[in-house]
Parts: sequence; C-alpha cells; structure tokens
Amino acid sequence: MMKNVNSRIRAGLLASLVLLFVAGCSTQPVQEVEIDEPTFAADRVLMDDVSYAGDVYDPWSGLNRRIYVFNANFDRYVFLPVVAGYQFVMPDFAEQGVSNFFSNLSEIRNVINSLLQLKIESALIGTWRFMINTSMGVAGLFDPATSMGAPQKIEDFGQTLGHWGVPGGPFIVLPLLGPSNLRDTTGLVADSLMFNEVEFLGLNENSHEQWLYYALKAIDARSQTAFRYYQMGSPMEYEMVRMLYSTKREMDIEK
Amino acid sequence: MKKILCVLTLLTAAGTAGASNESYEYPLRDPFAATVVGTPQEFRADLPEKIPLKQARLTVFEGREAPESLWYEEGLRYSYALQKEAAPLVFLIAGTGGSHDGGKNRIMAKAFYQAGFHVVGLSSPTFANFIVSASETGVPGHAYKDAADLYRVMTLVRDELQPDMQVTDYFLAGYSLGGFNAAFVALLDEQKEAFNFKKVLMINPPVRLYSSTSLLDRMLENIPGGVDNFNQYYQSLVERLTQVYKREDRLDLSEDGLYKAYRELDFKDEELAALIGVSFRLTSANLALTSDIMNDAGYIKPKSVRLSKYSSIDPYDKVAMRLGFTDYVHSFFYPYYKAQDPSLTRESLIEKMSLADIEEYLRSATKIEVMHNEDDLILEPGEMEFFRQVFGERAKIYPHGGHCGNMEYRDNVAHMLSAMGQ
Repeated sequence: MMKNVNSRIRAGLLASLVLLFVAGCSTQPVQEVEIDEPTFAADRVLMDDVSYAGDVYDPWSGLNRRIYVFNANFDRYVFLPVVAGYQFVMPDFAEQGVSNFFSNLSEIRNVINSLLQLKIESALIGTWRFMINTSMGVAGLFDPATSMGAPQKIEDFGQTLGHWGVPGGPFIVLPLLGPSNLRDTTGLVADSLMFNEVEFLGLNENSHEQWLYYALKAIDARSQTAFRYYQMGSPMEYEMVRMLYSTKREMDIEK
Repeated sequence: MKKILCVLTLLTAAGTAGASNESYEYPLRDPFAATVVGTPQEFRADLPEKIPLKQARLTVFEGREAPESLWYEEGLRYSYALQKEAAPLVFLIAGTGGSHDGGKNRIMAKAFYQAGFHVVGLSSPTFANFIVSASETGVPGHAYKDAADLYRVMTLVRDELQPDMQVTDYFLAGYSLGGFNAAFVALLDEQKEAFNFKKVLMINPPVRLYSSTSLLDRMLENIPGGVDNFNQYYQSLVERLTQVYKREDRLDLSEDGLYKAYRELDFKDEELAALIGVSFRLTSANLALTSDIMNDAGYIKPKSVRLSKYSSIDPYDKVAMRLGFTDYVHSFFYPYYKAQDPSLTRESLIEKMSLADIEEYLRSATKIEVMHNEDDLILEPGEMEFFRQVFGERAKIYPHGGHCGNMEYRDNVAHMLSAMGQ
C-alpha cells in the first residue's frame, strides 16, 4: 500500500518535470544590432533542399543547454570525484559485482519490454539469464549466463514505444541523467513504475538502504560510462551529443 | 653443435634483414582500412593496460579569458606520467585536432613509460583547448608560430612538474601533424637550448601542410552524390552498423569493434576514404569555428553576434561542416597573416608551411628520426622521396600501414623505442 502511494508521488514528480520542459521553452535574446556579413554567411552556404544529419527536433534548446552546462559542472565537481573515490576504495572484482547486480535486476525491465514488443526469444533469454544469474551467480553478483553464451538483450519502455512507431519527439536533457527525448523520458517513468510494482528487494521507502541502493546504482552507471564533458575539442559538443543520442536510440529500437 | 646453431642464427638473421619488407606482418594491406581500423588486437605490442597518467591544467597567458561560449576551454589541459627515479622525459605531440590523451598519444605514452621514460602528453596546436588557451594568435596551422606556442607550453609544463621529477635527458615525439610540429620545435630548441633534445621522432608526418590537407579535404568527394548527400550517407552507414549491432548485441566502437565491423561489412575503399574525409572535416570545422569565435574574425559567425554560455551555434556549425581546410587557409589563415605583413603572398605562406622550408636543418640534424609508411594517404606522389633523400638512414619506411594505422603494431612500437636510442 505504502509502496503504491510512493510510486504515485514519484510518477507525479516525474510528470511535472516533463511539464516543466514543455512549459519552459526559453527563447534566445533577440539580436538588436544590425548583423554584419561574415566571409561565409549561412544564407549563401547552406541550401534549403539539403537535409542535415545534425538536425534533431529541439524546441526546448534554451533550457536543455542550461541543464547541459549544469550537468557538466555537477559531473566535474560532484559525480566524477565520487566515482573516483568509489573506484579507489573498491577492488575491481567488487565493482564488477555491483555492476552485475544492477544489470541482473534490469532483466525484469528487459523481459517485460521484450514481451511488450512480442520478442519472445529475448523474453525467454532474459528470464533464463535472471534465473541462472540469481541462483548460480549468487544473487546476480556474477554473470555466468553471458559466459554460457546468452548475452543480455537490453530492452526498455522507450524502445517499446519506438518499436510500435512512437517517434522520439523533442530532445530533452534531463538533470543528472543527461540526453533523452520525450519518448525515452516517458519510457524511463514507465520503467521505474513497473520496477516498483514488482520490486522484491524489500527496501523500505526512504530508508537508508533505499538511498544506498539509488546512490550505488547512479555511481555504478557513471563509472560504466566513458563520456567526459568538454573533452572532444569541439564548440559543437551539444549538437554532436544530441545527434549521437538520437542515432543510438534509433539503432537500439531497430535492433 | 653449438657452431652449427651459431651459423644458423646468423643465416636467419641475415635472411630477415635482407627481406625486412617481406617479413613485415602488419595485417592490413589496404591503406584506407589501416587508417580507419588501426592494429587488430593480436598484432599489437605488449603494452600495459594502464599507466598512472594524470591530467592537469595550466595557465599559459596570465589574464587571458576564454570567450564565453568556450568557457570550458580555459586553461591548457595536458597529461603526464612520472617515474619515481631519475629518468629521461619525452614530450608527445598529438596530430591534427588530437587531444593530449587521445588514442595515439596514449599508445606512445604507454610504450615510453614502460621503457622507463617520464611522459608528457600535449594536444595539437590545432585542438580547440590549445587554440583557446595556448595559441598566441589563436589562428593555428602556422609551422613556426605553432612551434613557438608548443615550446612555451613545454617550458611551463617542465616548471610545473620540476619539483616531482628528476630528468636526465629530453626527448620529443609526435605523430602526423605532431611529427611535423616536432621538427620545427627541434629547430627552435637549437636556438633557445631549453631542452637540448637528445632524440626527436617524427611518426607519419606530412611534408607540405597544404598538400596533405588538400588531399584530406578531397576525400569527402567519395560520399556518393557529394557533401550535399552527407545525411543520406550517414543514415546508410548507421543502417549497416545496425546490422552488426543486431548480430553482436552490443555496439562496439573500439578498434576491435571497428575491425570486426570492417570485416563483416566489407567496406569499399571509397567508403573508407569518405569516412576519413568526414573525420577530417569534423576536425577542420572544430578548428575553424573555435578560431573564428576566439578572434571574432567574422569568418563564419558575424562579428556582431555574441555567443553566450547557453547559445545555440546553429547555423554556424552547419556552415563549418561545409567548409574545407583549404577554405580556412585561403579565407582566414592567409588574410590574417597578410594583415600583419602586407608583403606576404599566398604562395610564399603556403610554401613556408613545409618541411622543405627547413630542409638544410633536417639534413644535418642527426638527432631527428622518421617513421613512415610507403602507402600513407596524406602524402602526394613523390613526397616520400623527400624523407628518403633528406633523412637517409634515419627514415624507417614500412611497406604499409596507411596513415598511422600501424602505430601500435609490435615492430613499430619496438622501432619507436630503438629510434630513441633505447
């Protein structure tokens, strides 16, 4: 009962976050000065009938860019130092164990979404992996299933929506979580609700254990991600991340 | 018995020496594939997986502020790994648009660190962070000015690290444009004598910057239908990669992953050339846009437009992607230096940006060594002769490897070290 109330609150919070994006379309300050002509002016170089790979629908660009900068600063001053401390303290095999543990729990999401996409084989593989890794793999700390020739099939609700033809919609940079779009943010909310429904770890809401669970999950996810802000030597990093995120998700859906 | 063994060893040794080219077993014979894919795992030198490479930031020009939209480029980033005891120090210069800790600089760092060197990784003067924080003019690509910028950075980095290290001798190495830079830095050091480099190694350098950048610019013409069709080309590439992704269940863009994809997808040379062209175009776009914003030069961005921390750079990014490095040279680089010296002609500027301009020095400087590949894609026909004639024995030219594709191959890593007298 308690759990239901709490998941509803969380859903409400996430929904308002989405609304915040819809409402918060900030606009660029208008250039009052008369614009002088550069050597290669856009209106002479670019042609209307040419499509651009970097063009991703981004109506909330103003807010997105602010959150992008916030995320980069958070990453530099909080997230990465914490991850570095974690990696320093934890022996490599323990880090791997933590990773495997969270990855094993995500099989629930994989199986549900495989079923929703009628990918029966993936659903069976996910179920089998979960059983093997939870038992033989000591509650998911090890991943014998992959060595037995059944690697993980990652499926989430964003992919499920995409599978049934829902387009990505506007690009969104989520606070702390990074690049996403309306479809995948919706997917994230749905997956988290689903996980809470079947949650069986017995974590009490707002208990120390639950906070530890989420913190560890976030640290593990960051330590698995090689991306570092502002290292690629490009003034168009935001645009590149936006393009690559969209492409990667299209590939995830297609596979 | 012992005698026979001795003779046998001698014979085989003589045999390998005579047929050194035939016995070179770097696996990718296609220069385009080599350039894109690099060295497959089983052929790589035995290098440590990790070395204690630290990242640091340095203020080069007191009081210089980065433009607001490039706020994150303030302070020059570099990397270093120090030995505990007294050791030689090697500076490593990255290639065009390359970062101090990019893949190829890391290969060299691992090789030299393992061999007992202190290593310092430096970004290319064409890398955005270097342009903003360490370039005096902010208009990179100038052989002599870039060398002076690099030299300034090297002395500052040495001052910074001095308390933590004991240095016996100084060495210098660079790949691609970094190799070219190394030659001009070595020349500058002959006058300034801050380091008195013991050995300098140039890996796959261009001879004449304009020739190499023109060749790379033209590789984009391999996109079916030309640059206008870049998006269609990108989409088809993504589709093909998705096929591999479907089979492999993960998207692996490491060298090994690319090698696998290359073998599965059966890329044609034109397709690989287009990929190289796209990668170079991205590099030139980053360079030109950074330099334009840095100098408010009115090249792509109108001078009156102020970009904030949160500004969209559309449509300047698209324009930048449509312009080649040669456009930068003709419409930005040359006018910039012409304004400082009205007697400067386009031709004389272009000819100065060439190893031929310091040929005399290169002939006499026995400390400088070259490693190159016969099939390197950035050299025009005949340019390899320059290295043979000027460096003679000091040029080690491999039969294949494309542009820097074989840098991690075991023979190449071994030669990298032996060329430095190790």
